[in-house]
Amino acid sequence: MIRLDHVEKTYRTRRGDLVHALDDLTLHVRENEFVSVVGTSGCGKSTLLKLVAGLVPATRGTIHVRDQAVLEPFADVGFVFQQPVLLPWRSVLDNVLFSVEMLGLPPAQYRKPAADLLELTGLGGFETKYPRELSGGMQQRVAICRALLPDPSLLLMDEPFGALDAMTREEMGLELLRIWEERRKTILFVTHSIPESILLADRVVVMTPRPGRIARVLDIDLPRPRTMDLEFDRRFKTYSDDVRSLIFAGRVAVRREAVPTAEPSLKPEERR
Amino acid sequence: MTARVARRIVSDYIVPTGALVGVLVVWEVATRAFHIPNFIMPAPSAIVGEGWEWRYRFLGHAWVTLYETLGGFALSLLVGVPLAILIVYSPTLKSALYPLIVLAQSVPKIAVAPVLLLILGHGEIPKVIVAFLVAFFPIVVDTATGLNATPSELLDLSRSYRASAFKTFVKVRLPMALPFFFAGAKVAITLSVIGAVVGEFVGSDQGLGYVILSATSYWKTELAFSSMILLSVMAILLFGAVELVERLACPWLATEREE
Repeated sequence: MIRLDHVEKTYRTRRGDLVHALDDLTLHVRENEFVSVVGTSGCGKSTLLKLVAGLVPATRGTIHVRDQAVLEPFADVGFVFQQPVLLPWRSVLDNVLFSVEMLGLPPAQYRKPAADLLELTGLGGFETKYPRELSGGMQQRVAICRALLPDPSLLLMDEPFGALDAMTREEMGLELLRIWEERRKTILFVTHSIPESILLADRVVVMTPRPGRIARVLDIDLPRPRTMDLEFDRRFKTYSDDVRSLIFAGRVAVRREAVPTAEPSLKPEERR
Repeated sequence: MTARVARRIVSDYIVPTGALVGVLVVWEVATRAFHIPNFIMPAPSAIVGEGWEWRYRFLGHAWVTLYETLGGFALSLLVGVPLAILIVYSPTLKSALYPLIVLAQSVPKIAVAPVLLLILGHGEIPKVIVAFLVAFFPIVVDTATGLNATPSELLDLSRSYRASAFKTFVKVRLPMALPFFFAGAKVAITLSVIGAVVGEFVGSDQGLGYVILSATSYWKTELAFSSMILLSVMAILLFGAVELVERLACPWLATEREE
């Protein structure tokens, strides 16, 4: 489904400094696979999503989605960000319809599917509310419905539950899995929560920063459907220790090499 | 519940009204007790009396000032909004126009007014231009700020759906800019009143600014005061009108206000 081969991305900041966001990244994602990408901030996780969506070009290497080279945005993608970024002047239902409208599809035909999606995510009855009248978790559910409505085969999620409180976060993760079981999609899920990355995914891509590199890709051999009880599973513990040590090893190595620790003035993925 | 409502009525209406009435009473009593002549500080009753006597003549003058104010405000919208769009969408135009706009803003308008009257003569047009000159800056700056206020994620989202720049502008950036635009428009409408009056001060034979100026030269301070009050009422009503349009155009902000 997604093939990234030897992808490299360098940015130039406004000051003129070069930022090496990604270095020689090779990753193949299968159809309907749930892959999470975990790492500290500044390891190029968000850049990775933008590259796959065709929003930014790669400096080197090739990206293919369904054997098509990605050179520009290609519409068969749903995006969910850390912030819900809903349109405050639109009702919940009209916010969900935003995606099909921007795609140039007739919104009238999508009203029923949109209402069904809201029902599926527990937002039935909130169609006419404004986003401001909803809690953070409910707003993020609306954003997920918006991404799902055109039924894209690829879902790119950039720390989608990062702004939520811990309890809502776990609940939302499992809810996402429930939706995914029902409507299979390929999901690339960026997070900086180690338990979240393991709990949700088929495979976990562990990345280390400066430049962003893949440290290792772990196969998560845990039964589905996943539940919160899995976190007490021995294997879960082993996986999370592995991920932690990979991220931590990267940090120690950086320190030992005495690389200047100054952050780049403007990290591309945090540029707003 | 009812106690809370009662407390709100007291704090929102009774206290401010009481304070205003108190000030007026003190003012009235002081001018009478100390025999202050009307041309130095007229009593509120004298101001109201004079205003009442002038009520028909005031209508004509207020109409002229209103017309100049609205003309200047309309012009500032017609020029300011497209200018803001150009600045936001073209970096070249931004670097070309921004210094000019800031320059235009930093020139004192009171200094420009006599020159404008010299060029354009008397009549209403130069007053409209002065009102426009003072009002357009907040429109440009606030609208431009609003157009830039769209989160980059939403722009990425639109791009990932292959929506055109025009569609993104109409469906996302423009409505996102509306509350900012109205913030600028509310400042602009009150500035327009000031601009029109400044224009009238420099040279005119009608309008509330003219009435103030001629009243003071005849030592008729109470007439000047009643004109000022009329001007303030006009400015408040115009401000309220813009706010009303804002409420109609941005109903989603109402829920925010209630919180």
